[in-house]
Amino acid sequence: MNLRTPLSDEVRDLRAGDRVTLSGIVYTARDEAHERMRKEGIPFNPRGAAVYHCGPVVAGDRILAAGPTTSARLNAFTGFLLDAGVRAIIGKGGMSPAVGELLRGRAVYLAFTGGCAVLAASRMRLRGVEFADLGMAEAVWVIELDRLPLVVGMDAHGGDLFAQVGEKAKEQFQRLSNTLGKEPA
Amino acid sequence: MMRDPADPAVFEAIARATRDALAEAEVRLPPDVIAALERARSRERNPVARGELDQILANVALAADLKAPLCQDTGVPIVYVTLPSDLPYTLHLHRAIAEGVRRASREVPLRPNVVDPLTRKNTGDNTGPGIPVIHVRPGNELRITVLPKGAGAENVSRIGMLLPTEAGTIPRFVAETVLLAGGRPCPPVILGVGIGGTFDSAAALAKEALLLPVDTMDDFEQQLCDAVNTLGIGPMGLGGDTTALAVKVRTAACHTASLPVAVNVQCWAARRAGRVVEVPP
Repeated sequence: MNLRTPLSDEVRDLRAGDRVTLSGIVYTARDEAHERMRKEGIPFNPRGAAVYHCGPVVAGDRILAAGPTTSARLNAFTGFLLDAGVRAIIGKGGMSPAVGELLRGRAVYLAFTGGCAVLAASRMRLRGVEFADLGMAEAVWVIELDRLPLVVGMDAHGGDLFAQVGEKAKEQFQRLSNTLGKEPA
Repeated sequence: MMRDPADPAVFEAIARATRDALAEAEVRLPPDVIAALERARSRERNPVARGELDQILANVALAADLKAPLCQDTGVPIVYVTLPSDLPYTLHLHRAIAEGVRRASREVPLRPNVVDPLTRKNTGDNTGPGIPVIHVRPGNELRITVLPKGAGAENVSRIGMLLPTEAGTIPRFVAETVLLAGGRPCPPVILGVGIGGTFDSAAALAKEALLLPVDTMDDFEQQLCDAVNTLGIGPMGLGGDTTALAVKVRTAACHTASLPVAVNVQCWAARRAGRVVEVPP
């Protein structure tokens, strides 16, 4: 499915494991930007918006590298964005079950391949910046996407691919434990 | 006359070699790592995982074409130096390497990642007290090898001070490290495992193991790698057959009452490159 921002109820049709593309404006935000937005307000219209967990390498008006950062660091800072109308969070590694609950009925978590910074940049045009004083990695960059390929990691119905994989890995680890040596006493 | 890193020509040669090695490492993955990624792609049965590996391989090719850093986390510089016997080991060696890091940061360019640990103030040029991390060993030639290390994988690395009787639990400790890490270190990962030494040297060994080529594994390394891959975490934690591309082990002697085991996790962007410094006469 090809998605375009601003997003609306079409995100409810997505299921964990679906592969999609996303076009349109997205906003980068990492730890410091989230803190600032919570204190001072969101510097863009959050309704239907997509927030990308990313600290890009920018040279002049060009984005050179813009892969995702680890989303779990922002678990506790995400509710206010979703309450304000943000419909998609983009990042890597997935987020907590608590965030999964906050997504219900209204938003999705989209995974982009970690480290694929140049591939991402090749699908991007820089449109602006907010909170520039936070520095290159932490500022809110306004970016126009052209069909960025993503995987639905967490859907709006409690589906969580990361959690499914993690549960299976845990079961497998228990099964292996005997052959791998016992728990140290 | 004794050649010396304080000599401007020698200083310049070291700085340039460091800069060039970093510039290469940041844009071009070593061939053995690319081959391991391609092998993983050809074996993968999970369609989501195949998609992730395709994107990784596309990104690797694009970065090399555009001479752009392949990941925006350009890492912190770890530098391994071999020093021939006719060159003195002085502070200028460190200064020249730091100068090379600053040049690469400006010219590649690299993201400024280095901050004060407590105030979090960014130094702006990827150097600072203790950074670049520099390891010097005696050798036949002056060789600079760089390993820029991203934070996602570094943050899930672990060290265990096992009991001397627990050597049999090492595979469990390694697999548990990957289980706890999940998708956070950008799998498929490469694991550097340091066994023995002391609390600090085991960690250094684990990182040095990441300098080893990943196209071969001995039986023990293969056993560790197979155990990790049965977890099914897959590329980016989205599930799949390949969670680890390779496991590399280095060992050192240790105290009879100790068994340190360190696992240094490396993301798929296993960047490393080296330059021999042509020391001017």
